[in-house]
Amino acid sequence: MRLEAKPAPGLAATLAYPLGAILATLLIASLLVLIAGASPFNVFWLVLKGAAGSQFALVETLTRATPLIFTGLAVAVAFRAKLWNIGAEAQLYIGAVMTVVLGTGAVAAPSLALIPLIMMCAMLAGALLLLGPAILKTRFGVDEVVTTLLLNFIVILFVSMLLEGPLKDPMGLGWPQSKRVVAEAQLPRLIQGKRLHFGFVIAIVSAVATWVILKKTVFGYEMRAVGHNAEAARFAGIPVNRVLMKTALLSGGLAALAGFSEVAGLKGNLTLDLSPGYGYTGIVVAMLAMLNPLGVIVAAIFVAGIFVGADAMSRSAGVPSYIAQVMVATALLTMVTAIMLSRFRIRWR
Amino acid sequence: MTPSSGGEAETVLRLSGITKRFGPLTANDAISLELKRGEVVALLGENGAGKTTLMNILFGHYVADEGSVEAFGRPLPAGEPRAALSAGIGMVHQHFTLADQMSVIENIALGTQRLFSPRFDKAKARQRIETLSSDFGLAVHPDALISDLSVGERQRVEILKALYRDARILILDEPTAVLTPLETDALFATLKKLVASGLSIIFISHKLHEVMAVSDRIVVLRSGRIAGERRTSDTTRPELAALMVGGDIAAPAVTEHAPGGTMLELEDIHTAGRAGGAPLDGVSLSLRAGEITGLAGVSGNGQAALAALIAGTLRPERGAMRIGGETINRWSAREALRRHIGRIPEDRHAVGMIGDMNVTENVISERYRTRRFSRNGFLDWRSAETFARGIIDDYDVKCPSPDARVRLLSGGNMQKLILGRALDGDPQIILANQPTRGLDVGAVAYVHSKLLEARKRGAAILLISEDLDEVLALSDRLVVISKGRLSPPSKRGELTVQQIGELMAGHGLEDPSHAA
Repeated sequence: MRLEAKPAPGLAATLAYPLGAILATLLIASLLVLIAGASPFNVFWLVLKGAAGSQFALVETLTRATPLIFTGLAVAVAFRAKLWNIGAEAQLYIGAVMTVVLGTGAVAAPSLALIPLIMMCAMLAGALLLLGPAILKTRFGVDEVVTTLLLNFIVILFVSMLLEGPLKDPMGLGWPQSKRVVAEAQLPRLIQGKRLHFGFVIAIVSAVATWVILKKTVFGYEMRAVGHNAEAARFAGIPVNRVLMKTALLSGGLAALAGFSEVAGLKGNLTLDLSPGYGYTGIVVAMLAMLNPLGVIVAAIFVAGIFVGADAMSRSAGVPSYIAQVMVATALLTMVTAIMLSRFRIRWR
Repeated sequence: MTPSSGGEAETVLRLSGITKRFGPLTANDAISLELKRGEVVALLGENGAGKTTLMNILFGHYVADEGSVEAFGRPLPAGEPRAALSAGIGMVHQHFTLADQMSVIENIALGTQRLFSPRFDKAKARQRIETLSSDFGLAVHPDALISDLSVGERQRVEILKALYRDARILILDEPTAVLTPLETDALFATLKKLVASGLSIIFISHKLHEVMAVSDRIVVLRSGRIAGERRTSDTTRPELAALMVGGDIAAPAVTEHAPGGTMLELEDIHTAGRAGGAPLDGVSLSLRAGEITGLAGVSGNGQAALAALIAGTLRPERGAMRIGGETINRWSAREALRRHIGRIPEDRHAVGMIGDMNVTENVISERYRTRRFSRNGFLDWRSAETFARGIIDDYDVKCPSPDARVRLLSGGNMQKLILGRALDGDPQIILANQPTRGLDVGAVAYVHSKLLEARKRGAAILLISEDLDEVLALSDRLVVISKGRLSPPSKRGELTVQQIGELMAGHGLEDPSHAA
């Protein structure tokens, strides 16, 4: 078996590969549904209805998609430069910590000043958190997969310490949770009385901005060149290490926005269950989007839809909602396969 | 060398009608070849003529689209290296396949033993290896680690490995490419002994004088076809050369003219090593306007370091570097570009181009920061694409569009893109490192013509090549590199090939400690 490079696919084919991957995912998930003793068609229909069948469902899906867009963008940007940032989870929590530190009364300012300030500081915290692994990688060749992955645990323990200590809400009846952010630091709701908040808009704007950076700017070009062939980039005079640092800053900052938007837009305070693995799911989202920032929006909504829909489905069909995790994991594998097939032709013999 | 005893000897190997296509390229077109017992057949051809492909088919690494292989009268199943091995075919590749951290004995016996055999009879293996090496003049210590051996010694281990497995047919793929002239002579002596003992040898090369020295019969390949077959005793080098290039490529006409001022000057430069090669150890060299300085040498003697130095990816540890009379203090790839050095790197796939980016993105990679291609951090894609189209037209690059991924282009077209990028803005200093390696003859002639054009308009050019014929054909001045040191420059035609060979082996330079 041999792989042979083939021409870049056209737009239709570019869309066909992710769709094919999703179809394959559904087929594989069907087997599990059958084993669980339910009808796949019924189950998938219920998932779809649960994800987008009503205004409530749709709002829920978009709300859930918001942090995934941020972490998906963080991963997409980093992976473009072949900086394997597996630490979006940690960067998310650091962003959330920063939001709570500044947003619970430490700084008094009107919304229009306070929210941008908190955003900037959260991004900065996330950016600096990823800068460490990036420096270790470029200076000493330390594998960033290991450092960023392990930082996740360190940061979560650190947050846990903060929530039992300096950040603990004295009125929290002993629960490990922070105080609530002040009203001026909260992001407005997009629809009165619904959970969808302004963080979603920030996410969309971030995705478009990231797309512009990658496609149109010198930095984006450098990032892609370094990712595709660092050796050739270095030869052409592209400052590879500096580009990796800048990429780390951007990626970490984007991931931190997920934590900021979850606290300031949705939860209002910081707890240890702020993120059910949004940092890791961001990897799936980025891969499903084939690292395209605009694709990240679609992929995040798709993945969020599966989670939200599966919750609703499991209540009525009796299939465990774990099926959502299986589907998302399967989607990652089928998508990676599809990406390979889109770039190479397989020759047998 | 040994004239074979006429047509009486048995045929040990027969290739019939071998055809192999890679996409649009036909690498081998209906090639038939016979090898007799006790015969050396040379397979002669330019880079890219299809020699290596043919041997890879014979050895089972590739499967031919058409045709068949027969060894000792029995058909050889396609695509099975193991079958070729057990039929008594041994191959010595251009790039050795030895385990560095194992001893000579272990490397030779590797693969001949059962994986879980209870005991490895080392004494017996050693005895066998010692017999073989004394019989055929393949001196090498059985207990030495491969990593401690010289290139010539490693090659002997490869040959011993084949003999240890009772190879009756030995294929040598460009065996002299990495050897000094002295080591080459030793190799030829060994081959003579092997043939006398009844082995048959296929000797792959693109070097005429070697082929004439070593073979009984010569088969010339040109763009995948057999261009001719001659008995060595009945042919001449000019005839072979004509067969090889098809007569349609004229040797580049180099007109004499006086060189101009010094453009780049190196003075007693010391550097770290590069790409496993030797470091530079006190190199002084000046490149003058309107002059091609050719650098000859066996690979790994410091060419990579010298090229990296001039390209800006390696900084000198000691010594001075002057460009246009100005001493350089800060040195980097970007600085080299700022000072108008046109750079053609050795490895166009790994270093020259970014395969997964398109033509436009690749041709601007050295200049994307200039006002021509970017404003305020945003790229001007329209201007970049115009530039790419210009190069595609001017250099006759065959590609569907500027949006085509570079990975899909042929080596020759990639090299044209690199030329277009490097020669843009008429650089006054040009580094051409192996600019024609692996290209077909047409592309080679094209690259040569572009270099000569640059010379004519007054550029100072450093041509680094392992192909001595290329260096001799193009250079006004020749320097030889050996173990990180340069020979004094000699004028065109001043040295004989023999003398150059001695310089390549390190003779005539200060350090005489090398015993191959």
